[in-house]
Amino acid sequence: MREELFMAGIGGQGVNLAGQFIGRAGMDAGLNVSWVPIYSPEVRGGSSTCTIVLTDRRVASPTSEHPTSMVLMDPTAARRFAANLTTGGLLVINSSLIEETPKVDDCRLLKVPANDIAAEIGNDRTVNMALIGAWAAGTEVLTAEDVARSLREMLPERHHVHMPDNERALERGAEIARETR
Amino acid sequence: MSETADTRKSVFISGNEATAEGGIAGGCRHFFGYPITPQNEIPEYMSEHLPEIGGVYLQAESEVAAINMVYGAAAAGARVMTTSSSPGIALMQEGLSYMLGSELPAVFVNMVRGGPGLGNIAAAQSDYWLATRGAGHGDGRCITLTPYSVQELHDFTAGAFEIADRYQNIVMVLADAILATMMEPCELIPRRDLPLPDRPYAVGPHDRSERERNIINSLWIDFDVMEAVNLRIEERYTRAGEEITDWEEFGSDDPQIMLCAYGISARICESVVMRADEAGVRLRLIRPRTVFPFPTEPIRRWAERVDATLVVELSMGQFVEDVRLAVEGSCPVELLARSGGNMPTPGDVLQKVREVARHVGVAAK
Repeated sequence: MREELFMAGIGGQGVNLAGQFIGRAGMDAGLNVSWVPIYSPEVRGGSSTCTIVLTDRRVASPTSEHPTSMVLMDPTAARRFAANLTTGGLLVINSSLIEETPKVDDCRLLKVPANDIAAEIGNDRTVNMALIGAWAAGTEVLTAEDVARSLREMLPERHHVHMPDNERALERGAEIARETR
Repeated sequence: MSETADTRKSVFISGNEATAEGGIAGGCRHFFGYPITPQNEIPEYMSEHLPEIGGVYLQAESEVAAINMVYGAAAAGARVMTTSSSPGIALMQEGLSYMLGSELPAVFVNMVRGGPGLGNIAAAQSDYWLATRGAGHGDGRCITLTPYSVQELHDFTAGAFEIADRYQNIVMVLADAILATMMEPCELIPRRDLPLPDRPYAVGPHDRSERERNIINSLWIDFDVMEAVNLRIEERYTRAGEEITDWEEFGSDDPQIMLCAYGISARICESVVMRADEAGVRLRLIRPRTVFPFPTEPIRRWAERVDATLVVELSMGQFVEDVRLAVEGSCPVELLARSGGNMPTPGDVLQKVREVARHVGVAAK
C-alpha cells in the first residue's frame, strides 16, 4: 500500500496544517509517513502545497510526481496541478471556489462545497476539514475519526473549543464522499 | 513537541525540531546563531528549550558574531553548536578555519538552500564543497555527516558532539531545505546530563598552582610547529576515516548499475531501486552517511563489479567528483544533476538509468 496525497491551495486555507494532521494520523495508524511542505515566502495569499506519503513499506521519496490522490482548494491550484493525478486517482476539489471542474480523464471526482459547509457550521477554519473528511472516506486509508484524533493530539488545548466544529466538517465531507460513491 | 522526553518515544516532528532536540540530547547547552530560512525553527526551538535546562541561547547580531561566540564557548570547553543555511555558513568561514586551526570541537548544521548568492529558500545540495572542502582557508576540513531522514537528523546531530570531541574538530551536519521542513515520525533520544569529556586544553578560571595557563591559538610562526599542527590534524582525519566512515547500501546483490546519492537525493534513489524492474536493470544504491570521511572503499568495491555508476545530486557536479575519485576509472560514472530547488523524480532517474544502460551496453526496458 502506498498513498501519495498532494494538497494545494492558498496560504491561510490550512493546507499544510491539514496535511500534518493526516501525517500524524497515519503514524498513529502504524503506517510509515512523511509530510513535505512547499510554500512561498508570503504568510497569506501565496501558493501553498504539501505532499503526504502513507505506506506500509519504506517511504523513500517523500515527493510525488503522480499523486494517487489530490485535495485542491482554490481555482489556481486546480488549474496548475490536477493533470498530475495518477490514472484512476482520487480528486477532491473545493467546489465552493473552483467553479470550473478540471478535466481529468479516468479519475474519481469528489466535489465538496467546503466553504459553504464551513459557513453552515459557522466556523471559517473548518474548510480544510470538510475536504479531508471527503478524502478519508474516498481513499479509506484513514477514517475521519483517525484525523479527528490526531487533531486533538496536535492542537494546543486553547483550540480544543473548535473540535466539535472540526468534527462536524470532517463528517460532512465524509458523507459527501459516501453519497458520491 | 514541547514536552521533555523521559523515554525514547515516537513523535511526528519536523527535521528542524528533530535537529534541535538532537543537539540537546547530545549534550549541547550553548547555542549561538543568526536567523535564516529554511532553518529558523532550530534557533526558535533552542530559544525555548535551552533556558529550561540551564543552557544558553543567544541570537547574535550576525553570523560573523555567532561563529566567534561559538569559538569562545568551545575554547572554554562548552558543548556548543550553531545552525545556519548556505549564505550564513559562508559568512562563518573565517571563524570555521580559526576553530579548525585551534583544534576546537563544535557542531554546525547547514540546511542548504539554492545558490550561489542569496539564491532561494528551496532544497539544494550545492554546499557539498563548502562542507567538505571549504571550511575557510588552510588544511582543516569539517567532518561531514549526511542524514537522509528526520530520524537521522536527530540521531546524527546528537552523535556529532561525541565525534567532535573525539577528533577535536568541527562536525558539520549537511542537510537541505526539504529535510529541514518535512515532518516524519522520530524516536527521540531521552535528554540526560552527559558528563563532559576531560578538556585539558580549555581556558577559564583556574588555580595557577595546579596548571599553567592554556592558550587557544591558531597562529604558528615557526615552520616546524605549524607543520606539526597540520600533521596532528591530518592524523585525526586518517583515524576518523578508519573509525567513523559510514554508509548504507540498498538493492540488488548482483547489480549492473550502482547509484550513488546522499541526503534527500538518496531518498529519491531508494524509490528508483524499488522500481528497478520497470527499467529491467539491476540496481544498488550506495548512500554515504559521512562524506568526509568518504566511503571510498565500498564504492570502489562495487565499481569493480558494475557496468556503470550513476550519481544523482542537487548540485551541478560536486559530489560526483568524490565518487569519481573513489571509482578511480573502474567503470564509467554519469551524473544526473538538478538545481535551483528542482529535484529529479524517480521517473526522471529511471529514464537516466535506461540512458546509462544504453551507453554501456546493458539491456534495459
